[in-house]
Amino acid sequence: MRRSTFTLALIGAAVLALGISSLCPAQDAPLLSGGIGFVTNTTGGNTTYIPVAEPLATVPLGQHLLLESRASLLEFFSPDSSGYNHSHFVALTYLQGDVLASRHLTIVVGSYLLPFGTYNERLTPIWIGNFQDEPLMEPLGLMNGGAGLGGQLRGSLISHPRYSFDYAAWFSARSGNSQFQANRSSGLRGSFYFPDQRLEVGASYGRLLEGKRENFAGAHVWWATKDAGLRFRSEFARGQHAYGYWFEADSRPFASGNLESFAGRFEPVFRMQQTFRIDNAASDGLPSVNTQRADFGFDYNLPHNTRILTSYSRQFSAAGNTNIWETGIVHRFLFPAWKGRL
Amino acid sequence: MKPKILACWIALGSALVAVAPLLAVQNGSSPAPAARPATQHGTPKQGQDAEAEGQRVFEQNCARCHNAPDGFSPRIAGTIVRHMRVRANLSRHEEEVLLHYFNP
Repeated sequence: MRRSTFTLALIGAAVLALGISSLCPAQDAPLLSGGIGFVTNTTGGNTTYIPVAEPLATVPLGQHLLLESRASLLEFFSPDSSGYNHSHFVALTYLQGDVLASRHLTIVVGSYLLPFGTYNERLTPIWIGNFQDEPLMEPLGLMNGGAGLGGQLRGSLISHPRYSFDYAAWFSARSGNSQFQANRSSGLRGSFYFPDQRLEVGASYGRLLEGKRENFAGAHVWWATKDAGLRFRSEFARGQHAYGYWFEADSRPFASGNLESFAGRFEPVFRMQQTFRIDNAASDGLPSVNTQRADFGFDYNLPHNTRILTSYSRQFSAAGNTNIWETGIVHRFLFPAWKGRL
Repeated sequence: MKPKILACWIALGSALVAVAPLLAVQNGSSPAPAARPATQHGTPKQGQDAEAEGQRVFEQNCARCHNAPDGFSPRIAGTIVRHMRVRANLSRHEEEVLLHYFNP
């Protein structure tokens, strides 16, 4: 999104926050959250340095409305023939309005993260993800961007102490900066969750309604121990030209109350992923050849919402095998956007 | 990648994740309620059940994705919970007990 649009959105959010702050109940002040970090990526011996900021603003309006937005600001310092060059990237990740229509239905309008699979909605914030890189197969089902522009219906359809079912259905007509024709798409996702077992099983479907009219289908399984000390996440997705999977496991000793010990703050993580090409029509953002990758990470949870992320990855493909080293430090912030009373 | 090599990578990663808890010093205490606001009010007796249920909702839903923040102002507890209701598809009841857990 162009910088002028981004600036306009930020100003609009600030004015809105000022305007409604006096009307908010004591617990519903607008908030500013997000993460700032500094990460490095060394691929094939070349190191790129990336300062990053991801601010998130959330503004409640009355009892049934919520405005929320997240942006990404990155600067890349990459090696080239003359030394180091730099480039920047600024984008509004999403800007959406949520209408809490009923206990089972929330209507989302605006620009929103596409609810295909789980990674895009849940794990993309830098203060949440265990690895800096998204899975290789992540572009599948995200319609060339990961954000939709239109409407979405979502909510918890069944909520029982032993099981629940949630859903999301969306229609998007996003158009890019350089084209007037909208890139229409639609899809849905449904998930069963069993709280006692900490087990979630779900499926997603998406259809690109323009051009090739490609279909995407996916499934996900998440599981965790009762204290969330061990978490397992996995996704599979298939398009018409490629398919792939990833699974990730992390161990969190601090979930058992070990935050005071040095070793208890370590969080080893492991991810395995593979992508497979069905044909050479590489229009979906996946590698052009079959690729396998194993990621080993050690994260360390410092006090005051700060994490150190480190990982080593070994990638195998017909295009060449590669070592990838990544390090980073990320701080999460969370505070009221407006002085209120309590 | 050959299946044997693939199996080796998976076994190595699994071992890494599985051994980690053994390295940590177990002190047996319950998880610190780090997600709760920095300032808390006294807990009414009749609200203890709702608070316990709110803690369960937090552990069963929020903790699956992210670590608990160290603390936050009680002025934004309602906003956080509403955001989580949309993002995590929480029910209205779960939203209410989670708010009670954050701000008893």
